[in-house]
Amino acid sequence: MKKDNRMKSYIINTVGVVGLYILMTSLMNGGIINRYQQGIIMIIGINIILAVSLNLTTGFLGQLALGHAGFMGIGAYSAAIVSMNMNLGSNTMQLLISIIIGGLIAAIFGILIGIPALRLEGDYLAIITLGFGEMIRVIVTNLKITGGAKGLNGIPLLTNFSHVYWITVITVVVIYTLIRSRHGRSIIAIRENEIAASAVGVPTAYYKVFGFVLSAFFAGIAGGLYAHYMSILSPAKFGFMYSIEILVIVVLGGMGSITGSIVAAIVLTLLPEALREFAAYRLLIYAVLLIVMMLFRPSGLFGTKEISIGNIFSRSKKNVKSNEEV
Amino acid sequence: MEQFIQQLFNGLHVGSIYALIALGYTMVYGIVKLINFAHGDILMIGAYSTYFLINSGVPIWASVILAMLICAVIGVVIEKLAYKPLRRAPRISALITAIAVSLFLQNLFMILFKPDGRPFPKVVDFNPIIIGNVKIEGLTILTIVVSTVLMVALHLFINKTKTGKSMRAVSQDSDAAMLMGINTNKTISITFAIGSALAAVGGILFSMAYPLIDPYMGTMPGLKAFVAAVLGGIGVIPGAMFGGIIMGVAESFTKAYISSQLSDAVVFGILIIVLIVKPSGIFGKNTREKV
Repeated sequence: MKKDNRMKSYIINTVGVVGLYILMTSLMNGGIINRYQQGIIMIIGINIILAVSLNLTTGFLGQLALGHAGFMGIGAYSAAIVSMNMNLGSNTMQLLISIIIGGLIAAIFGILIGIPALRLEGDYLAIITLGFGEMIRVIVTNLKITGGAKGLNGIPLLTNFSHVYWITVITVVVIYTLIRSRHGRSIIAIRENEIAASAVGVPTAYYKVFGFVLSAFFAGIAGGLYAHYMSILSPAKFGFMYSIEILVIVVLGGMGSITGSIVAAIVLTLLPEALREFAAYRLLIYAVLLIVMMLFRPSGLFGTKEISIGNIFSRSKKNVKSNEEV
Repeated sequence: MEQFIQQLFNGLHVGSIYALIALGYTMVYGIVKLINFAHGDILMIGAYSTYFLINSGVPIWASVILAMLICAVIGVVIEKLAYKPLRRAPRISALITAIAVSLFLQNLFMILFKPDGRPFPKVVDFNPIIIGNVKIEGLTILTIVVSTVLMVALHLFINKTKTGKSMRAVSQDSDAAMLMGINTNKTISITFAIGSALAAVGGILFSMAYPLIDPYMGTMPGLKAFVAAVLGGIGVIPGAMFGGIIMGVAESFTKAYISSQLSDAVVFGILIIVLIVKPSGIFGKNTREKV
């Protein structure tokens, strides 16, 4: 019975994901979604990757990381430099190989700062990632290969909607299945109680570093996609404020809810576009939002719950029934 | 050799500022186990208050005392409104709140007073002292003297007075302290007030050394002071003083002998090395958490 349900939800989700893709591409080809809106949709996809991967560290592992934009920046610059200097065949291959290299380099940096910070109990990761994010920006501004403060120009425009869509789907699926696996349960156990987790034999330091590095890897992937979509990179983009924006998405959507992060990423990417007049107040509002959320609903809007298409179907069926009864 | 001594004094100058700021971090961490990210922005508020007070004609000594009072009040209000409700919450909630308070203060000041830097008035003018070929600026001496006096005063306050004793008790075990009849809420408020007032002095001395103030000025010195607190052993008060001085000297030597752009990177290099070699800091004791 349970296995049956799971099978059913897999099929529903796959159909939903493919259906959404077909719908979006046909709307784009039909010209109903224009170029500007298409751009916003790609940024939404990139923000989803960033938020879901940060959720792994902050939501599931329970460690505050404040340098996600720094990892994204490493991924973006590395991927851009690789694809500008190498010819790797077709466009898609070129993009894929360079963003994977970008992701791996971000992951290596993740290992370098994750091991000293996460080996210990306590909040060292927050401060080390905060410093790291700022340091990356300073270093990128002063290096020649990254174009300095002016930024890096002439990155080949390789990213299109299909790439962003499918890479987003892969990221979500990987992190979702990881969380449902034995490893994911260990990660959640560390969040719930680190001492108890280590007492039942979870290698806490290993899983903390593992979760953090995986999240850095996906941030690097998101950066690579971003670089090949924008074609120019400037170091200012990857500062502390962008890390905070991603954190706001995760907190609002619910620390420990992947679907919550997806919904929050969509809403918080669209809202600033709609409310451009209030741009100056955006960060102030984000700050108030974070404080209010922590005081009154620390679990985020969705808490640790996930929304699934299967649930919505069964719930709407129930609603229909109750309506009929009335 | 002259350059070495010169740089040593430069280092002591910034180092004693970092030490003043680090004291606030370490006291708050010791007592509520929270990295108060907003501490760097209290420093900024101190600098801004002094700027406005001096420009409206208040004498320097009065503006400094008023700025300390303003910061102490703001520190206590932040603690009451944002941190106190979360004292029993998971640590990550309190940390996110702390970073949000910092973001809030920065952006509030940016909207109120525009993001552009403002020149900090030159308020004190002492003659430099010249010994041989070494010239020590008056401001350097003033900074070192002021911070030493404040640190000695704090040390006496914590070790000799009853309030100081209750602060030590709460930081050792707040539940046991409460059972002994210590008003923990009041003690925590006093800790935030003292820490914020010291940050105000740190902010003023910092703005005298780098006379351009803007809403984001607190972030970097705040971070460095935190690293100083970790280096000395977080929660240990003499550790913060010592750590601050080491950080300042290391920074000024890096600027002089290696590269000025790398000086910020060196700070985090120090943090990483401390966390690998001796995470409890120079003066910290190794404690293992028990169930």
